[in-house]
Amino acid sequence: MKILGSEITPYKTYLNRRKFIKGSLASAMLATVTSSAFANHDSDLSIYTKNLNENDKLNSYEEITTYNNFYEFGTHKKHPHLNSGNFKPSPWTIKIDGLVKKPQTFDLEKILSNVTIEDRVYRLRCVEAWSMVIPWQGFQLSELIKMAEPLSSAKYVQFVTVFRPEEMPGQQKRTIIWPYREGLRMDEAMNPLTILATGLYGHEMPNQNGAPIRLVVPWKYGFKSIKSIVEIRFLDTQPETSWETLAPWEYGFYANVNPNVNHPRWSQGTERRIGEFKRRETLMFNGYEEEVAHLYKDLDLTKFY
Amino acid sequence: MFSTKNFNRSKPVLFILILFPSLLWAFQFVTGNLGVNPIEKLMDELGLMALRLIIITLMITTLSNIKSLKSIVVLRRMIGLFAFYYVCLHFSTYIVLDHFLDMQFIIQDIIKRPFITFGFISFLFLIPLASTSTNNIIKRLGFKLWKKIHYLIYPVAILASMHFYVLVRADKTEPVIYMGIIILLLLHRIFKRITRPQLAQ
Repeated sequence: MKILGSEITPYKTYLNRRKFIKGSLASAMLATVTSSAFANHDSDLSIYTKNLNENDKLNSYEEITTYNNFYEFGTHKKHPHLNSGNFKPSPWTIKIDGLVKKPQTFDLEKILSNVTIEDRVYRLRCVEAWSMVIPWQGFQLSELIKMAEPLSSAKYVQFVTVFRPEEMPGQQKRTIIWPYREGLRMDEAMNPLTILATGLYGHEMPNQNGAPIRLVVPWKYGFKSIKSIVEIRFLDTQPETSWETLAPWEYGFYANVNPNVNHPRWSQGTERRIGEFKRRETLMFNGYEEEVAHLYKDLDLTKFY
Repeated sequence: MFSTKNFNRSKPVLFILILFPSLLWAFQFVTGNLGVNPIEKLMDELGLMALRLIIITLMITTLSNIKSLKSIVVLRRMIGLFAFYYVCLHFSTYIVLDHFLDMQFIIQDIIKRPFITFGFISFLFLIPLASTSTNNIIKRLGFKLWKKIHYLIYPVAILASMHFYVLVRADKTEPVIYMGIIILLLLHRIFKRITRPQLAQ
């Protein structure tokens, strides 16, 4: 498959690279972002657009916040937007336990005072074969892992979503075994691309997108990027993850974006970028091959999908 | 007691009512009011409408066993043809809008994805039903043969509901309700056949 040079640029270079977006393109993008979304913000779109690849365009705030999967608020992609109004993302704590020097519970405030929040524009590829480009704000998961001080025996990280059926109506039904759980191998968790996001488009993370803090692993299908995290556990064995438990023949632990390994329900060779008419080809590791392919060089990706 | 006349009179209204959603969705699609992922939305709405209409045709046959509703059966052909109309729109949305006539990809999709296989076979089985729906053809085939052909509606309904069932990732309540209704309607027919074989030719 043909991969553009710009797509295999290491992340740091790619962040620093100045891209001169044509005036017309920038204004077109401004127009697609609803003015109300920016009413209280001075966010400058150019901050995000300069981090884009040649053939990627930011999705609008409206697209990102009204169309996504977050089964805690319902199974339809409009449900998170419609049903998340009563969710209270603050105050928030994250419990750190398992194979760590000292299990403890951090206030989110305290975590945030110890990290640097940065802009990360990432492609997000859903296992349902649609995708978006999203400007996140967040920090590298590796920073939190350092604060957590895991033991050398810790080989995996497990994440758990909050369980509040009274605020999350989707949890009143047993569509999934609640709470939602996800996991990463330690080296995946430490990869510089892996972030904990606390905002998008300069806003605090909207409830429907996983407020107040969520994982973003851009080379894996979207369901790996667990939302509204309340617990992080360090383990020496591969943790159970929600979708794999529900349908192991469909969803694997790794869930790397891979156009050559099809899902029984969706061909993964192509995807619809939200806002575009024609499908586009799906890129290996969602276009982050350079940064992450080395993690899997000894792994049979058709078996460990 | 509802007469054939009553039902025939309701036909124009029903015709517009059933046609209307397709016009509305087409209009919303063209004007960009079908949400963030309009192609997916259009395909879902058309498919769901088709499945509901297929189930309604099965219901009509069952309802016509009730004496006072006997004549309701005059509505069945129109609703059945509308089911075919919505299936055709659903299928062409998939072919043209979703995959832009990439036939190689589509053929692979039909073979490899069970849910698409179910949907496709269901569509194929509907073709002989729709194409034997004029009075003229019924006469030429003879009622017995025509009826035999139209038993295809059973696999059509079952496959269509399976198509929906497999598509849903979690919370399969809605497809299960449709499957349940279809199974009940089929059981009723089997029951009728056993208890009153002379009526169920």
